Amino acid sequence: MSHTFFIAFSYVLTALVITGLILRAVIDHRIQVRALADLEARGIGRRSRRG
Amino acid sequence: MIRELANPTRFMSLSGALLPWIGGLAALLMAVGLYMVWFTAPADYQQGETVKIMYIHVPAAWLSLFFYMIMASSALGSLVWRHPLADVSQKAAAPIGAAFTLICLVTGSLWGKPMWGTYWQWDARLTSMLVMLLIYLGILALWRAIEEPNRAARAVSILTLVGAVNVPIVKFSVDWWNTLHQPAAVFRLDGPTIHASMLVPLLIMALAFTLVGVALHLSGMRTEILRRRVRTLTILEAERLDVQAA
Repeated sequence: MSHTFFIAFSYVLTALVITGLILRAVIDHRIQVRALADLEARGIGRRSRRG
Repeated sequence: MIRELANPTRFMSLSGALLPWIGGLAALLMAVGLYMVWFTAPADYQQGETVKIMYIHVPAAWLSLFFYMIMASSALGSLVWRHPLADVSQKAAAPIGAAFTLICLVTGSLWGKPMWGTYWQWDARLTSMLVMLLIYLGILALWRAIEEPNRAARAVSILTLVGAVNVPIVKFSVDWWNTLHQPAAVFRLDGPTIHASMLVPLLIMALAFTLVGVALHLSGMRTEILRRRVRTLTILEAERLDVQAA
């Protein structure tokens, strides 16, 4: 195999892993924001314990 | 400063303002670094163009150790000072550190095949780095195994601090043992042994990787804080439903 294969594979793999980390961060954040908004819309808030 | 940041609400506000700047700077530095790597950095006199793997392999290795040190200091903060954000920081750092360790191992292997003639050698540096990945995976598994976040944080903190013994082994393995892996070429007492034409793009790529890592860490911490809020509110809702049913 030519050296180009090893170089290209290294960069593509790194790009995929970093993109995966970024996507995971964005998707996970959106899921939590939606879940929190959903709970608050149903009237479940920290203050509801006292109320 | 640290006490002020210990307040999750203040942390959310400050990190929310900082994140776009850190992300933007990371993207800019990554673009500059990649341009230098592909268009200005020379080929190595022995390795030829294969040396381009160095510009991602070395920063990934540094970040693997960097994120482990973040986890170890967060573990101390969690166990000793009970810092409210310490276990959040610890949990957010683990997948990022594991990902950079994986990048380091795979790119090292891909660099090793054309240069050494083998993808893998059980030498001290490569083996200690593989142990580092296994420790990261163990920590990630432990986070998932214990549902209650505070109990999970205590168990993970102990494992993280025990595993920290591997950090100096990784760093000094090339000095303590006779290894196939080359010795340190940048952080040396007598100064870097790499020519400036390669050192500058390497440092820019390292800074870009670090900023990407920091942005991901801050983002992960923010998400973890939200996840804990969701968990608390879900428990509150369940308690309220129990009271209504009774």
